[in-house]
Amino acid sequence: MNKLIRRLLGAIPVLLAISFLIFLLMHIAPGDPVTLMLGDNATPEDVARLRSELGFDKPILVQYWDFLSRAVRGDFGRSLKFGEPVIKLVGERLPATLELAFASLFVAITIAVPLGVYSAIRHNSLVDHAGMSIALIGVSLPNFWLGIMLIYFLGGQLNLLPVAGRIEYGIEIKSITGLYLLDSLLTGNFAALASVAKHLLMPAFTLGAALAAIVTRISRSSVLEVMRQDYVTTARAKGLSEKTVIWRHIVRNALITIVTILGLQLGALLSGSVVTETVFSFPGIGDLLIQSISARDYKLTQVLILMFAVTYFVVNLLVDFLYSWIDPRIKF
Amino acid sequence: MFYFRYLKIWVGGAILALLVVCGVAAPLIAPRDPQAQTLEDRLRPPRWSDNGMSAYLLGTDNLGRDMLSRIVYGSRISLMVGAATVIFAGLVGCTLGAIAGYFGSTADEIVSKISEIFLAFPFLLIAIAIMAFLGQGVGNLIMALMLSRWVQYCRVVRGEVLSLKERDFVTAAKALGARDAYVIFHHVVPNTLASVTVIATFGMAIVIITEASLSFLGLGVPVHIPTWGSMLAEGRSYINRAPWLTIFPGLAIFITVFGINLLGDGLRDIFDPKLRRQR
Repeated sequence: MNKLIRRLLGAIPVLLAISFLIFLLMHIAPGDPVTLMLGDNATPEDVARLRSELGFDKPILVQYWDFLSRAVRGDFGRSLKFGEPVIKLVGERLPATLELAFASLFVAITIAVPLGVYSAIRHNSLVDHAGMSIALIGVSLPNFWLGIMLIYFLGGQLNLLPVAGRIEYGIEIKSITGLYLLDSLLTGNFAALASVAKHLLMPAFTLGAALAAIVTRISRSSVLEVMRQDYVTTARAKGLSEKTVIWRHIVRNALITIVTILGLQLGALLSGSVVTETVFSFPGIGDLLIQSISARDYKLTQVLILMFAVTYFVVNLLVDFLYSWIDPRIKF
Repeated sequence: MFYFRYLKIWVGGAILALLVVCGVAAPLIAPRDPQAQTLEDRLRPPRWSDNGMSAYLLGTDNLGRDMLSRIVYGSRISLMVGAATVIFAGLVGCTLGAIAGYFGSTADEIVSKISEIFLAFPFLLIAIAIMAFLGQGVGNLIMALMLSRWVQYCRVVRGEVLSLKERDFVTAAKALGARDAYVIFHHVVPNTLASVTVIATFGMAIVIITEASLSFLGLGVPVHIPTWGSMLAEGRSYINRAPWLTIFPGLAIFITVFGINLLGDGLRDIFDPKLRRQR
């Protein structure tokens, strides 16, 4: 536990540097952000008023300090576009992004790990070559194109799945956690559950496809690596069944690399969600980020980018700790 | 297996070469001006479809612009942004990585801290953040992508240099009185080139997809320049009426990235002896 606290404390300077860089970006941007936010028709009085409202008339370090001291109290200001507190907007949309990220992770793991492990065990077989070719195609597919093609074929031509949103219009859901799948299960609302699952299927597959391709390749190569170790030969020499050798000795050890990659790729999932949410008009924070950028709502953009970065950072930290649980040999 | 390995390089290399030819000789290859609008021919399907016209092989968009010409011109942006990013990110990353690995101590600490900050962002997010505040533009785009990619080169080169600097040939060069800069550029850096080539190849594929994603989101190059990503964004509204507006630019991105990944795979198989043993 002490190590966890030490690591978290060590993360503070990095987080501060990240927040300062994001803060700085808005100020080194060409043009005056206030004029850009208000448009060309704004009067000088309007510009001056908004500038003072946003604190832009103060020195930059003072502005940063104000931002930080308010941020630790959970006050990120109000969004210009939506006219609501930023924290409220994020709170409403974060569960959608988390649900999408977890669903994509689930899609990726269920496809990739069995395919990668099987490809390695049946090394150089037809299944192996087919698996690797699919993986190569998967990493080369731009996910927004995959999404649009799914919308066209499964949504438009075959009319099998809904193409936008999180739930069918008219179906009510009682929000407990904000994660609609979980909420509909908890409240026993199966009509909502079916609708949410249908809405989630295409975005989750779109976002998970590239990750699945990467994880398939990594799973295969890490299983191949472990298969060559002496302890695997020893396990076989002891007369253990092939099933035990594969599951207890090979796959468990290969999992360390697989979890590492999954952890590192979670960041890609989060930023990939920006594109996927835009394609499917999925109301998460990725979609909100693009809306804030188009509306030049710089304050909201700044907070959202910071939130993505902090989430990525914390997830990576958690993955670090997950290793030591999977592999007790790893110490901090 | 041996021939298959070289086959990947040949096929991947041929696709990349095709992209280079399309980009460089776009005015000669493209049948029309990519910006020329023929409104009476708007939303024409590809030539082989029922309503297709022989003048437009891949059909026309909502303003009657020739899709084939726009795709050919679109390759210019992908190629230029991809190559420039890989070169700049490679130069910055390799130099900082070599300095950090070779000199260690303070230099290493400073570079490692900076890398840590950049690694704390997913690279697409760095690019989105920079483009959101700096605005559209080819220069901004290359800078945003370079800033999001240099750290990959830096980490790998630093790691390699750490082990290379302990090798006998480096000690011998130093014993002969070679200066640090000479040792780094003549003995250490050339030995990292195999890994750098592999990262650069995969990096180019990632940059091309990222550029297309940013253009799709409206955060890439200005809208009047045809790019595959912005073509996809424009075609999206016509997905059910004119699917060719999204199918062809997407295919162009996919084939390009697939070819470059294939080339990267082939190069890695050759350069990485550990992987060669696994096969």
